[in-house]
Amino acid sequence: MAITLSGDQAIPGPPLSARLTTPQVWGIVLLAPYLLVFLAFVVYPVGYGLWLARHPASYVALWHDPIFARAAVNTLIFLLVGINLKMAIALFLSGFFAQQRTWIKWLSVLFILPWAVPSIPTILSVRFMLNPEWGVINQLIFKFTGEDGPNWLNDPTVALAMAIGVHIWKSLPFWTLILMTGRLAISHDLYEAAEVDGASWTQKFRYITWPSMQTLYVTCTLLSMIWTLGDFNSVYLLTGGGPADLTHVLATLGIRYLRLDQLSLAMASIVCALPFVLPLVYFMMKRLSR
Amino acid sequence: MKLPTLREIGTEAKLLLIGIPVLIWTMVPIYHMFLFAISPKEDAFSGKLWPAHPTLNNFKIVFYQEHYFLRDFWIQFFNSVVIALSAGALTLIIATAAAFSISRLRVPGGRWVMNLALFTYFIPAAFLAVPMYRTMGNYGLLNNHWSLILAMVTIASPYAIWVLKQASDKLPVELDEAATMDGATTLQLFRLVYVPLMMPSLVAIGTYAILLAWNEYLYAFLLLSKDTEITLPVALGNFLAADDSPWELLMTTGFIYALPPAAIYYAFKRYMVGGLTAGAVKS
Repeated sequence: MAITLSGDQAIPGPPLSARLTTPQVWGIVLLAPYLLVFLAFVVYPVGYGLWLARHPASYVALWHDPIFARAAVNTLIFLLVGINLKMAIALFLSGFFAQQRTWIKWLSVLFILPWAVPSIPTILSVRFMLNPEWGVINQLIFKFTGEDGPNWLNDPTVALAMAIGVHIWKSLPFWTLILMTGRLAISHDLYEAAEVDGASWTQKFRYITWPSMQTLYVTCTLLSMIWTLGDFNSVYLLTGGGPADLTHVLATLGIRYLRLDQLSLAMASIVCALPFVLPLVYFMMKRLSR
Repeated sequence: MKLPTLREIGTEAKLLLIGIPVLIWTMVPIYHMFLFAISPKEDAFSGKLWPAHPTLNNFKIVFYQEHYFLRDFWIQFFNSVVIALSAGALTLIIATAAAFSISRLRVPGGRWVMNLALFTYFIPAAFLAVPMYRTMGNYGLLNNHWSLILAMVTIASPYAIWVLKQASDKLPVELDEAATMDGATTLQLFRLVYVPLMMPSLVAIGTYAILLAWNEYLYAFLLLSKDTEITLPVALGNFLAADDSPWELLMTTGFIYALPPAAIYYAFKRYMVGGLTAGAVKS
């Protein structure tokens, strides 16, 4: 079939095929499967979702739902604390893992495990550790102090902190790896020259490492922000949104409304997040499409 | 042999002071899971760091499906395998064709499609889950494996296309020109020149899509619900529904479920790290 098509090239065809060369026809044919997927599973769902969220009444209902307000605040805390802490630790550890030592190389192999294994079993493992009666943490507290440990996941503040911890545990290896690649790209001569001049390590960081890494660091922070907004597992599997729906974030709240059969609320809560998400998404898209 | 100086020992000690907490922090949840998997039921809750009587009995119970919660273990395992492999294969086919079309054939509007795809890539998947659930319902695909496979292809394709486009932009144009001069058709160019040269990136992308689909929880639990249709992560989540759920069996199943992706990750690490970092470092 391909051969006959390429033979067609010599024959002058009707106007449309005259303007399109054979490779271009193939280009359209090969691009078509993705376009179909995109139309059927991105354009249609998004359009349909926006249509479901068109009633102003949904937003009024959201506004009066205390769980929504709480989830918005939780999301903000999750983003501010979680991402800054994670990126700061990742920046620090990227320097640690850039050291040339055999044992550090082996440690880095283990360090990547949280990223390499699926999140469900490990998050459930943490959930069991934190169980007030049977969990290993409270067992150890009882063994050493003779007192009952706290009911970790029953306090909304502690539960949210734990969910942030789980999120950091899971995604820290990835960002450390990315920042480490950035660090290794810095010329070693700069550090040697600084060494000769007697610079301290804070000075080396401030005048060499940070200037060459800040663009990467900011890009990573923004990207991490978008992905953290969509982090459903860390909260849902650890706390389930509880106690009393006080630890929901936007990613789990949409699903909660969906399960309660309040579809228009689910979509409306997502639409409320869009003014914050879309500029970030647009910025990242521009950055990567260059 | 030169004895280490005091300063070198100091540096080493400082590094250890960072390394040991990092090791503990990383390993605790995983070791805890492993500990449960090899502990008999009585030992599991004792709070010991190593069970008095380590056993493989839990694995036997899981493999022979000897518990109410595990009666469909092999079917669910098989579902996970089928869905991961199908999503991987479909993503690979769709993304390779699209990247070839955009990067090598310079199809009109290709750049535009790339931007749209990237836009989808950055929308958090949890936000797309709600409308996707409804859409699958409208298409009549709920409780059908195709719904999850297609959802995973939708989510994996944008990044796949982007990585493959980056890689194929680096191949010299002269290759295509030379092949065309020799009378190769576009399809021959694709099959005999492009695909062989792109092999490393294709392996990375195939692995990426398979891992993504194997690990997916949210979409799987929304789109599939029958006990014999669900994947392993959904089955693990269902353990939580009951108060008397057997933790040691849940952790054993979780351990078995976590092994294949970890093994694949380490086996293809060479390809994975290159592919992943290329994306984020480009600034």
